[in-house]
This record gives sequence, structure tokens and C-alpha cells, in this order.
Amino acid sequence: MSQTYDSRRLVGIRAERVTDVSSRDFPGHYPGEDHSWSLDKFRENLTVKVRRVSERSIDFDLVGVDASIANAFRRIIIAEVPTICIENVYVYNNTTVVADEILAQRIGLIPLNVDPKEMDMKLDDESTDHNTIVFELKLACTRKKDAPKDTTDPFQLYENHELLSGHLVWVPAGEQADVFSKKPPAPTNPNIVLAKLRPGQQVEITLHAIKGVGKDHAKFSPVATASYRLLPNIVIKKPIPPHLAQKFQKCFTPGVIRVDPRTKAVSVDEENQRKDTVSREVLRHPEFEGYVELSRVRDFFLFNIESESAYPPQRLFREAITVMRGKLANIRRAAEALLDEPTDTDVVMIDQ
Amino acid sequence: MSNQQQQNSNPPGGRYGAGFVPPKEAMEYNCADCGATNEIKSREPIRCRECGHRIMYKKRTKRSWPFLARFCLPTDIPT
Repeated sequence: MSQTYDSRRLVGIRAERVTDVSSRDFPGHYPGEDHSWSLDKFRENLTVKVRRVSERSIDFDLVGVDASIANAFRRIIIAEVPTICIENVYVYNNTTVVADEILAQRIGLIPLNVDPKEMDMKLDDESTDHNTIVFELKLACTRKKDAPKDTTDPFQLYENHELLSGHLVWVPAGEQADVFSKKPPAPTNPNIVLAKLRPGQQVEITLHAIKGVGKDHAKFSPVATASYRLLPNIVIKKPIPPHLAQKFQKCFTPGVIRVDPRTKAVSVDEENQRKDTVSREVLRHPEFEGYVELSRVRDFFLFNIESESAYPPQRLFREAITVMRGKLANIRRAAEALLDEPTDTDVVMIDQ
Repeated sequence: MSNQQQQNSNPPGGRYGAGFVPPKEAMEYNCADCGATNEIKSREPIRCRECGHRIMYKKRTKRSWPFLARFCLPTDIPT
């Protein structure tokens, strides 16, 4: 038998509605039960398990926290984990068909491989080697002399007919040559086409990259996606008739339902249950009424984070925790200031 | 700006108004047809050396133009 979850942890999924959406594990809800928050209990329930890590993305389970916490981390990863991006663009020459301001915006979106730990936020207007990285972009398109007469292929006809992110040249300033000697600042992907050129057209641009957060501009967001789903839970209440086994299996995502080839006995594959999209197809067929119950586990978060920045994917969640702790420290300081000063004065909470 | 200094040292050309002084040295222009760079001196025929086209474009200014690397409306662009 597959793992069963406490019915209090389940969000019911019916044909046309969702039940028990909110958690009820707070003091005073269940008579005679102690639901006051305790660190020990939280520790006991909390599990984090990495399911898959690749170069660019990570899948992990976060179990035993309230949705507000899981959602806070998701939002922090998207909007408040800092990255380095190009912010200032100084165009000396651009005779391409791409207008300066369009090209500037495109350049800003290039993800850079600079570890944000190595840099400071630029708080005032002063640029130093601690908060700004300078790049140069110079390219001129020319005709190839030895191009075949009959070709229309721009690669054969012209030299430098594409302006790529790989054409960015880092200009070290101050101590940067030492600090970044191991991994020189560059785009994470050198093949992003920024503009197309024809003979006689040229670009000459100086770029300043700074540290920023996604809530300021989406280019600073370190992720392509950071999202979670709740774990789907499928419970078969009574055995499915063998002649309906195939049809029952097809109501779910492939792999979720196992049908024994000999006995036609139907069961839920515990490992693959998480893959179900909870399409509720099974609830549309009257012959399956009463046979199956669909639900999701309210505190079982299947996280998926896809890094599109200098951070390896497994580091992003930890960075989010660091940001969250910073916020909590701020709140604590503000609260303690209230204790120290019982007079009626405004407390100013400063972000970061 | 050696260009300008030389301009000022030139004697004023009678054909152009009192204020305008044509530069004696070659100026670079881009051919409108093939894009080739052409050096053309004043009173020389305006004709591309590569393709014979008779329309030329002046080169863009080399002045730095600051932009924020964000989407902005034309009204936001510094002037």
C-alpha cells in the first residue's frame, strides 16, 4: 500500500471545486489539541530532499512548512536575490539598423557570469571597482573579398555580420584583475545575437554592469522559473474492474498508474505519483465514481528552480534564506527599538 | 579636435557664405548603396570608388550617448 497522509494535511480535489484549502494547524482550532508553534515540532516535521540537480536547474521537496513560507522563498528567489547585469550603456557609435535604445535594452538582458558575492550594491552615484564592471563592445562589418560570386549566405559574404554577446570585452579596473582572475567576467552564453550588421555598419559601446535585484528590473532576476506545486495524492478506494483498468490508467499522466499485465490489478506508482498533472479526467467518467479520491498534500512543496545567472541552481534557495534572514533581522531590530522607546515616535524600517 | 583647428586656419572660401569654411582635407562618407567608406575632398565628384553610386551619407557623431539598459519611451531618452 502506498504512503498515506493525515487527512488534515490534504487539500481535496473534486470535479468542480477544491476543498480544505487553508491550513488549520493553529492553536484553538481543534479542541483539546496543542497546536502552539514549537521549534522542536517544526524541526521534526521539516524535510528538504533534493530530487534532481543539473547544470541549470534543481528539483527538490520542501515538506512541513506553511504555504506562506514556501511562497516567501519563491518570491525572494525571483525578486530579491541579487545578480550582476549591465545597467549603463554609453553609445559612441551605432550605425546598425537597431536603434540605440533598443540595443541598450537588449544588452541589459544578457546574463553575466559574475558571482554577486564579489560585488557591492551601488548605493550612490559613485562608480568604483567594487560596484561596477566595465565592458566594451566594438564591431565593424566588412565584405569578404574572397566570397563566392553566387552565394547569398551572410557567413560567406561578410565578416562580423552578427553582434553577439561573446563580443563583450571586459575592461578590468582597479583590483578587479586580481579579484576576477579565476573567472573573468563574461556573458554566461556567448551566442546571444544582439544585432545583425551589413558592410559599413559598426558598433562602439561602453557598458557598465552593476549589482541589482529583480524587483527593480526583471533582468536582475537570477531565475528563469522558480515555482512549486503541491504533491498530488491519489487514493484508490476500491479495486478497479479489470475491463476498465486501461481506461483508468489513461486518465492520469503516463507512469502514475500501474496495471499488472496479468491480473489487471490497478495500483498507484508511489515514485511517479508526483508526476500527475491532476487533470481530474478520472472524475469526468461516471463509471469511476466512488473508486478514487484525488487530493494534494498541503505542506508538501515540489520546488523547481531554473537558474539563469551566475548562481548554480542549488545555491539559489540558500541565497533566498540569507535574504530572508536579513529581513527578519530588520524586523527584530525595529521591534526592539519599540521596546526601548515606548514614546510615540515613528519607527522607520529600511530595506536592506 | 584637430579638425576644427585646421578649419579655422584656412582662408575663407568665397563661394560659401562668410561663416562657413570648407575643410580642405578629406572627409569620410559612407556609400548609400554598398556601405563602403569613401574619402572625399571638397569639390571632388561625389561618387563611390567601389560601386559608382552617387549618394553618400555623412558619418554618425562619435559623441557618447548615455542610455539605461531598460525599456524606455522616446520621451525618457536624455537629450
